[in-house]
Amino acid sequence: MNWQAIRAIYVFEMARTFRTIAQSIVSPVLSTVLYFVVFGAAIGGRIESVEGISYGAFIVPGLIMLTLLQQAVTNASFGIYFPKFIGTIYELLSAPMSFVEIVIGYVGAAATKALMIALIILATSTLFVDLQILHPVWMVTFLVLTAVSFALLGFIIGIWAGNFEQLQLIPLLIITPLVFLGGSFYSVSMLPPAWQTITHFNPVLYLISGFRWSFFGVADVPVGISIAAITVFLALCLTVIWLIFRTGWRLRQ
Amino acid sequence: MPAIISVRNLGKTYANGFTALDDVSLDIEEGEILALLGPNGAGKTTLISVICGLVQPTAGTVTVGGHDIRSEYRAARALIGLVPQEITIEPFEKVIATTRFSRGLFGKAPDEAHLEQVLRALSLWDKKDTRNRELSGGMKRRVLIAKALSHEPRILFLDEPTAGVDVNLRKDMWALVRRLRDDGVTIILTTHYIEEAEQMADRIGVIDKGRLLLVEDKDRLMRKLGRKRLVIELQAPLTSVPDALARYNLTVERDGHALAYDYDTQADRTGIAHLLSDLAQAGLSVRDLETTESSLEQVFLSLVEENA
Ligand SMILES: Nc1ncnc2c1ncn2[C@@H]1O[C@H](COP(=O)(O)OP(=O)(O)OP(=O)(O)O)[C@@H](O)[C@H]1O
Ligand SMILES: [Mg+2]
Repeated sequence: MNWQAIRAIYVFEMARTFRTIAQSIVSPVLSTVLYFVVFGAAIGGRIESVEGISYGAFIVPGLIMLTLLQQAVTNASFGIYFPKFIGTIYELLSAPMSFVEIVIGYVGAAATKALMIALIILATSTLFVDLQILHPVWMVTFLVLTAVSFALLGFIIGIWAGNFEQLQLIPLLIITPLVFLGGSFYSVSMLPPAWQTITHFNPVLYLISGFRWSFFGVADVPVGISIAAITVFLALCLTVIWLIFRTGWRLRQ
Repeated sequence: MPAIISVRNLGKTYANGFTALDDVSLDIEEGEILALLGPNGAGKTTLISVICGLVQPTAGTVTVGGHDIRSEYRAARALIGLVPQEITIEPFEKVIATTRFSRGLFGKAPDEAHLEQVLRALSLWDKKDTRNRELSGGMKRRVLIAKALSHEPRILFLDEPTAGVDVNLRKDMWALVRRLRDDGVTIILTTHYIEEAEQMADRIGVIDKGRLLLVEDKDRLMRKLGRKRLVIELQAPLTSVPDALARYNLTVERDGHALAYDYDTQADRTGIAHLLSDLAQAGLSVRDLETTESSLEQVFLSLVEENA
């Protein structure tokens, strides 16, 4: 293992994060506050509680997941797309490092940044609602697994993307809708039966459900299934990464 | 001396079917400066890219320091510093950070003293905290060189290092290249300037249409260049060189209508005066005289033309 190289990429990427720290943090925090105002105050005034939890608290895990997913995907995809775009990727490809090390460096940095922002949002939420975390270890496990798997997905998108539009396409077109429809702001049991069935095909549902369970002990689907789902997703991303590595797809001519 | 880079029957056909390298074999010796000459699209960058691991070859093998570039890519690549043809550089980073990053990528532990030395050698030290995009083109090119030297490579590839670089900077670069060579670094550079190859290189390789046409010691090439040929056109054709002129080492050309005399322009006596008076004594009447001079440029052009 070329640890120096992993370190170099990680430090380089984190420096990029801290250089733009204000905009990295301000915008997710601001939108979280907006969600609290719009959903928490406006809707929460009507929906007293969901499954015994105040509505304001109920949406916190979903809000954190929304930001975590978006941040993990966009940071990782941008992190690897940018060197490809400006051409500096030649240096990564000519360095004595394997694709695995490149992935660890970029995905590690993107996941770290996403986790940092997720924690900031968690802290912000406590200003608005009373929160309890029943299973803190599981909460951190869900956070880390989700951050890493979606950073991997972002990395794949960054390798695949041929232009900036494609880079933004998947987060915009797929991830945000999946999070909104995955029970971030409601319990699946509140939906009509047909929609409940459809929702179960949404992978993000399992993430949010498991994550919410770690806070309140209530879930839309059994926790074991949530963990299985995220593990399968992680394995899927790793397989795709491995295939890219074997074939040099979109990297080496 | 063992070759530090050994290229065997290398071929590259790009995905679109274009063959950019065709059966190239080449040994590069440790500590030499090799200049690769060739017209646009000859395959110089492709050859470098294969050796450095950026392009996958479709035929042949390459070893660097005895390590196969595919099965032992870590050991092979750790020896190499690459300065690409195009200026590609992280725009928002500072000079020192980009250089530090490169050193890390190549597996070397941080060493600020070495980075300082490299940046000073390239007159970049006072720019170390400048963001790359605020540098001039020539400075950016020097940052690329600093990145390549940051990890103390034993082999340095310079792909057209002096393209778009002013005369002073070009001289500085040549001086730097010589210093590196004195430190034992093997240097492979590509250029379109024949003068540059003449000034810098120990050996010169000529590539065209993906084929390596010639690799030769520069001094030997220059000796060929230092020669002139005098062609003496005769009134009456000959079948062989007359005995009276045997000592001149003449050849019969143009079906006996001319005699050719090769001589060294550097020599004290070219022998031309004697030859002409001996010609007259032998009763041969001269119709016309012409001299031709070979230059690297001509060698180069005629090679490329032959290959057309
Ligand atoms: N990715 C690619 N796909 C297809 N053809 C390519 C690719 N890269 C280069 N080529 C072709 O391969 C040939 C050799 O290109 P290369 O860049 O090696 O030439 P070069 O000798 O470096 O030229 P120059 O002096 O202009 O830099 C060119 O005809 C080029 O069009
Ligand atoms: Mg080139």
